[in-house]
Amino acid sequence: MILVWLIGLLMGGGLLALLVGKWNKTLPRWISLYTLVIGFIALISFWFDNYNTVNIQPSNSWLVDFQQEWIPSFGISFHLAIDGLSLVLLTLAFFLGILAVLCSWKEITERVGFYHFNLLWILAGISGVFMAMDLFLFYFFWEVMLIPMYFLIGIWGSKNREYAAYKFFIFTQASGLLMFLAILGLYFVHGKTSGNYTFNYFELLGTTISPQLAFWLMMGFMIAFVVKLPLIPFHSWLPDAHSEAPTAGSLILAGLLLKTGAYGILRFVLPLFPEASIELAPWAMFLGVIGIIYGAILAYAQTDLKRLIAYTSVSHMGFVVLGIFAFNALAFQGVVMQLVAHAISTGALFIIAGMLKERLHTREIDQMGGLWLQMPKMGAIATLLAMASLGLPGLGNFVAEFLILLGAFKASAWFTVLATIGLIFSAIYSLRILQKVFLGPTERTESIKDFSKRELAIMTVLTISIIWLGLFPQLIIDTAKPMINKLEQLFPAGNDNNKQPIKPITIENDDK
Amino acid sequence: MNNLLWLIPALPLAGFFLLALAGKRMPLIWVAIIGAGSVSLSAIVMFIIGINFLLLPPTSGHYALTLWTWMDVAGFTPKITLYLDALSLVFVFVITFIGALIHIYSIAFMATDKDYSRFFACMNLFVFSMLLLVLADNLLLLYLGWEGVGLCSYLLIGFWYENPNNGYAARKAFIITRIGDTAMAIGLFVIFYQFGTLLIPEILAKAPALWQSGASIATITALLLLAGGLGKSAQMPLQTWLPDAMAGPSPVSALIHAATMVTAGVYLIARMHVIFQLSPMAQLIVAIIGAATLFIAGFSALTQYDIKRVLAYSTISQIGYMFLALGLGAWTAAIFHFMIHAFFKALLFLAAGAVIEALDHEHNMFKMGGLKNKLPVVFWTFLIGAASLAALPLISAGFYSKDQILWYAWAGQNGTPLLWFIAILGAFITAAYTARMVILTFFGEAKTAVGHIPDKLMTIPLIILAFFSLCAGFIELPHNFGKLTLFSDFLHQVLPETILKSAASGELLFQLLASLATFAGIYTAYILWRKEPERIQKFKQSDFMMRLYSFWHDGWGFDKLYNTLFVRPIIFIANINKNDVIDRIYQGITFVTVGIYKSLSLMQSGSLRWYIMGLVIGAIIILGLQIML
Repeated sequence: MILVWLIGLLMGGGLLALLVGKWNKTLPRWISLYTLVIGFIALISFWFDNYNTVNIQPSNSWLVDFQQEWIPSFGISFHLAIDGLSLVLLTLAFFLGILAVLCSWKEITERVGFYHFNLLWILAGISGVFMAMDLFLFYFFWEVMLIPMYFLIGIWGSKNREYAAYKFFIFTQASGLLMFLAILGLYFVHGKTSGNYTFNYFELLGTTISPQLAFWLMMGFMIAFVVKLPLIPFHSWLPDAHSEAPTAGSLILAGLLLKTGAYGILRFVLPLFPEASIELAPWAMFLGVIGIIYGAILAYAQTDLKRLIAYTSVSHMGFVVLGIFAFNALAFQGVVMQLVAHAISTGALFIIAGMLKERLHTREIDQMGGLWLQMPKMGAIATLLAMASLGLPGLGNFVAEFLILLGAFKASAWFTVLATIGLIFSAIYSLRILQKVFLGPTERTESIKDFSKRELAIMTVLTISIIWLGLFPQLIIDTAKPMINKLEQLFPAGNDNNKQPIKPITIENDDK
Repeated sequence: MNNLLWLIPALPLAGFFLLALAGKRMPLIWVAIIGAGSVSLSAIVMFIIGINFLLLPPTSGHYALTLWTWMDVAGFTPKITLYLDALSLVFVFVITFIGALIHIYSIAFMATDKDYSRFFACMNLFVFSMLLLVLADNLLLLYLGWEGVGLCSYLLIGFWYENPNNGYAARKAFIITRIGDTAMAIGLFVIFYQFGTLLIPEILAKAPALWQSGASIATITALLLLAGGLGKSAQMPLQTWLPDAMAGPSPVSALIHAATMVTAGVYLIARMHVIFQLSPMAQLIVAIIGAATLFIAGFSALTQYDIKRVLAYSTISQIGYMFLALGLGAWTAAIFHFMIHAFFKALLFLAAGAVIEALDHEHNMFKMGGLKNKLPVVFWTFLIGAASLAALPLISAGFYSKDQILWYAWAGQNGTPLLWFIAILGAFITAAYTARMVILTFFGEAKTAVGHIPDKLMTIPLIILAFFSLCAGFIELPHNFGKLTLFSDFLHQVLPETILKSAASGELLFQLLASLATFAGIYTAYILWRKEPERIQKFKQSDFMMRLYSFWHDGWGFDKLYNTLFVRPIIFIANINKNDVIDRIYQGITFVTVGIYKSLSLMQSGSLRWYIMGLVIGAIIILGLQIML
């Protein structure tokens, strides 16, 4: 019941904010903030209550399940359920939601009510995506998060916002339709073979499909998810959307929307089409690796700070794809960590970019430089975030990327070597950000204010989270474990030697 | 003693947090007390634990303290465990003891800097990371320290961030070392799948059973780890960052780029010695790289005019000796030279810093001169450090440590005459550039007026370091006289003994040859830069000599090579693809769609004649098709 309640809370809060926004500009902010804080606290306490269950009963990965008939004649039900993975991502969604409200506190002054309505409805859509266990319902939530986001970019974005909003909408909508076709395909195949026409995820899981059809159905899902992720060559909506979106929009895009793609692959593509995924794996890993390096090189060339960070996301999401298609527990855990750590570190970088824009009225890094002098606090935190982005051990991203690479090394040593080389490029672009923005000489004579109290609070929370993830990742790992155990059982080839001590690779002898 | 171990790294970490969070608001004196105090306390704890370790050696040979399990994923369970054995004790001693002296020196040296607290915060973080590096019991935790020191090095090289050149040097250092680190990370993957763990003692125990000597997997693993060491320790071909790293304040150069961080590669190889022993090829490569590096860096040092760059090249060259020793299998000799080098090179950097500050930030040795009487303490301590660097026979510590390496290069099991020859040639060059540096800086006529005399807080650490630069060598005396082997005996708990060739003899002869090389080097420098400087003028007239000079001066053209091979192409590609060629495809789709829409919309002209025409043509085509088919 908590699941329905959470979505209802978000949607209701959004409507309330919209209504109140007609008369008052400040109240919608408080309404959204309270809505999200309540939801966040509820989730945390739920997590605490269930943490032991997660650890004691790893066999049953589902924590809570809610099912209600919706359109029974088509086999559609209102079916929500969460396991550890969903719980982690849901909590992340509410956490970033709170920060999104806080960081638009001063930035958004027009149509505040409608803005918060959109914000909360995006979050509702995202939460729904993480909960829905009925494919029709899943598609419904997939669309719910899309449309308010379109408004968010199109109305509150910067100069080139309409172009960016269209691009975002067309990319996601077109790929979403492919997924819808695949859902329908799966629905009919399952219906024909079993006589039971249903969109229920759990029932569809065991569907027997001919390999060729399975491959194409999988591609329908896959394309929708990798466009969201985004994977090269479907990434080109991202830099535009990011650079034009308001700060909170970028935060939610980078922190949550991209994650729905990875979630979709983990939840639907792999369990529904295990054989077809194995077939696809070399190509997916290949594109992931290309994405890591290509995104990093593009990031290096950018002069628009938000565009730059957007391309770093492309690079980081390459790791996610690489890890997913390595099919072993190490890499899967790395992927989950990467989803959380990247959401926090990149989200934080976008917030910094937003704060800089508020102060300097530009996103061009060529017009920045030497800002440390006036903003040492922001400089120090940006340094930490840049380090997170380049994968410094001790911070969350390192745990994620190391686990992914370690897991992927078993699946494909050469792809992993290439991906590891991407770490050099990530150092190059991350340090360039610091140099161009905070270090070097400054020509600015006007005074620029360092963090305000509100801003400092936001950044402190994010900083602590990223260090905590880097040093004590076990909470996330344990929570996601039952789900990942199930997932890895689908791919016995990927992890057969994981349980026992690893056998040595055959030794070649040079002497002989 | 076990339960005090965590204090050693925790104290500097606490110092870092205090200074990072509240340093700006503290009075300077508090910053100094916290900054230098935390490391000094850490040194005291180290002495307590170290003395205990020496007096009551633990039966297992180490202290270990597990703080928590870092992560536990599918059989991969790295823990945050501190592990202190003989090898790490030597490193912890150097890091905390020399670190504390350098921190105390910095109190006065940095006193006028506006970012006083940032400096100490970074230095404390560095000491913490470095301690973690040497105290880690598994390779992942070691990697944390390894990258952490890289970060601090980056922050401190670029400490004076307003000058973009410093930022460039800092990034260069970080990125070049990252190249090595990346190879090392791949090495960790290989090790994990071979051994099923990253726990160092377990790897070392399992390796001989798992791998045959000379197995290619051992070579690959060793070379991947070596690559990490090459980056951090500024060895060929990844040495180019260190001379530029001198952009940082002098205490930073002394602590990070002389005494501790740059020897992390030496630590790594010594720590993983079993793997290197299993691959004679990798060992040979280590030795060759060491020899080549010590040789080319020596010549570069000879041609610098910035005193700190001389010392930087000298550091590269001396670490080359350590790598040579590691490659020869002279493990304890490498660590001994590390320790002695840490003393005298920290001393030289700190003394050079005092000179530079006294002369109002003058780095050029040719504008110094005549400081012998004006800065007596600095002069005498610098001279002692220089004597140790030049390996002045019998009285300097450097002699004892370097002589060992030279001897093993000849007589060790893996020694060859060629390696020995390069090493002794290197000793000659070392003496020459060291003497040149002393002559140019302290003798002759004064060219720049002395601004102010160094503070007591600066001179006392110099004197302490000078004492160790002279006397630390006496704990390990050669076999033919004294035969005192306290240091190597202590390290043999962890590191294997060096095996000599059966026919090795004539140690005295080789000691005499080494001494001869030192004296010859000093004499050459004396002739060229003091007695008959006109000879240099003659050299300068020769076109060939000048080219050779600038070739050496620019570090044998490595920077140029890398710029043309890697840096420029990557920047070029990045810049032409700034707008993302893949996006062009989508733009193409948009363009075509818009084009079609525009041409189709032309048809909707509102003109009836056109519509009728269209109908007629359409009808004709359809009819035509029907007839034809």
